[in-house]
Amino acid sequence: MTSAAIDVTARIRDMRAAQIRTRRLFLVCLAGGLCVASLAALVIGAVPIPLGDVFGSLSPFHDAEGQYGEIVQSIRMPRLVLGLCVGAVLGLSGAALQGLFRNPLADPGIIGVSSGAALGVAFVIVLGNAVMPGALAIAGPFALPVAAFGGGIAALLGVYTLSRRAGALSGSSLILAGIAINAIAGAALGYLSFASTDEQLRQVTFWTLGSLGRTNWASLIPAAIAMIAASVLLLRLAPVLNVYLLGEREAEHLGVNAGRLKNQVIMLSALGAGAAVAVSGIIGFVGLAAPHIVRLFAGADHRVVLPGSALLGALLLVSADLIARTAVAPAELPVGILTSALGGPFFLWLLGRYRRELL
Amino acid sequence: MKPATSLRLLLLMAAFVLATLPAARAAESGKRVVTVGGDVTEIVFALGEGERVVGRDTTSTFPPEAGRVPDVGYMRQLGAEGVLSLRPDVVIASAGAGPAEVLKQIESAGVRVVRVPDPHSVDGLIQKVTAIADALDAKAAGAALTAKLQQDLTKARSEVAGMPGHPRVLFIITAGSGPPMAAGTGTAADALIKLAGGENVFAAHTGYKPISLEAAAAASPEAIGLMDQTLREMGGVDAVASNAALRLTPAAKEKRIFGREGSYLLSFGPRLPQALSDFAHAIREKAAEKGAL
Repeated sequence: MTSAAIDVTARIRDMRAAQIRTRRLFLVCLAGGLCVASLAALVIGAVPIPLGDVFGSLSPFHDAEGQYGEIVQSIRMPRLVLGLCVGAVLGLSGAALQGLFRNPLADPGIIGVSSGAALGVAFVIVLGNAVMPGALAIAGPFALPVAAFGGGIAALLGVYTLSRRAGALSGSSLILAGIAINAIAGAALGYLSFASTDEQLRQVTFWTLGSLGRTNWASLIPAAIAMIAASVLLLRLAPVLNVYLLGEREAEHLGVNAGRLKNQVIMLSALGAGAAVAVSGIIGFVGLAAPHIVRLFAGADHRVVLPGSALLGALLLVSADLIARTAVAPAELPVGILTSALGGPFFLWLLGRYRRELL
Repeated sequence: MKPATSLRLLLLMAAFVLATLPAARAAESGKRVVTVGGDVTEIVFALGEGERVVGRDTTSTFPPEAGRVPDVGYMRQLGAEGVLSLRPDVVIASAGAGPAEVLKQIESAGVRVVRVPDPHSVDGLIQKVTAIADALDAKAAGAALTAKLQQDLTKARSEVAGMPGHPRVLFIITAGSGPPMAAGTGTAADALIKLAGGENVFAAHTGYKPISLEAAAAASPEAIGLMDQTLREMGGVDAVASNAALRLTPAAKEKRIFGREGSYLLSFGPRLPQALSDFAHAIREKAAEKGAL
């Protein structure tokens, strides 16, 4: 082997090492940012609570007396956990769907998963008792997450079949199918709002607005388990999604079971986004923006994009919620406004900066 | 009894009352109240307990003094920590307040939450006043206010009973971008129409539902009531009266179209006697005579 060849191999090895360092640094920065945001979410709120009391009330040895403990344990803590889970699972399913459909516009909102899930929830709220009397009482806190999952998966399968039948599984057909599914779900939601009583309408409206403010541990835990399970399983698909980036046929040649991968991504996204919608309503933009921001910083390798999107999604949502509940205190802003307001300009700035590389 | 003795007795009594007053005030001043719902806030102020209010929701626009305390947001979208940050001893919330989970969170933080039912009726108003007076520990003021309201309501209702006819009324709450929303059975507007001796042309529907202007015209209302905000959005009385669809209704021909402030007309609060008498006149008289908008 000539010395020139050795030189080139060594330089490639150095470049790869540098790339891995950058990615690792990026993920560490995101994780650090998320820790800071989470701490801030526990410490800052409309009720001024001394630092010592915040951490004191979290220790297992504290006495449960007093309002402070109750506020930290029953209001701020579940809200933080919910923000972390929902943000992470939305970011992850956005990243996985973009990878699977090889389409930068795929995200649980745009391709209809979120509105399908909201429709499932609205259906149960408005017609649940009429269609299956007593079933709601039996299903209890699981009724709405299950309905959201069902609605989400129905929407995803609809989009998948429609865009598949229209030819190749990518490009505009996917987005068009998503728009159609969104329109149909919107119409059905509109009809359900019309047919609902005032009390039902209020509940349905909540699901179309999105908020982290309604949680308690009892409703959070089943949904959190579903979201965490979906997240962990999605993260494990990173290497396969990397191969799939080469193209469906190429991936098949390399031993990837494409059909199985699609089923996994679709089921897990529907499970995760469905559970997220069931407890927090529709929260837009996180699933779309988080993966793109990660890719612009750290490249398209799914081993970075997936964990990075989870971390960034959680960071974005926890920060947005912190602002939502403190900016106009004692009132609250809808969190969806803030995820878009925080993520949107940043996303645009990134697009402008990297435009040459993207086009 | 000599005049001097009776004077001394009177002075003594006055001194006693004056001496106990600050004590009573101090005991009450520990009670910080957050009111949710326009009618609830109005009743608390009407009971003379307005100074105990440390927070109110966005719909609480009357009396103007209520505007001095912080706004905890729209009554159906409260945030638990925001309400708790005002350190209330009691939250008095109208039946429509929520979300229910948030009220539960406030309760579990050790704050008493009193839900006030709102059945949109004369009896309902009296019940609301009693419930709120109980929650505030102001039973005497509550009894005085209910007595006055009952008297005024009896007067207003006998006035209404003497009015001619049963006009067919359409009540529109919002217009906005879509079709206007009309008040059907079970709404506060429906209850007010009935109290005022009118007939709701939209009674076949329940709650607030969109109505097409054509259907509104087909129902041939003799009077059209609107929220004043909505009337302004629709361009005022003349614009509504000359609307292509509504032009041929008796209400448009007679210009019996009127706008009123929503919380005054529909909250079934302490201003109900005036609102009832005003509404009963408005559905029978020409808008021009009332000089509406």
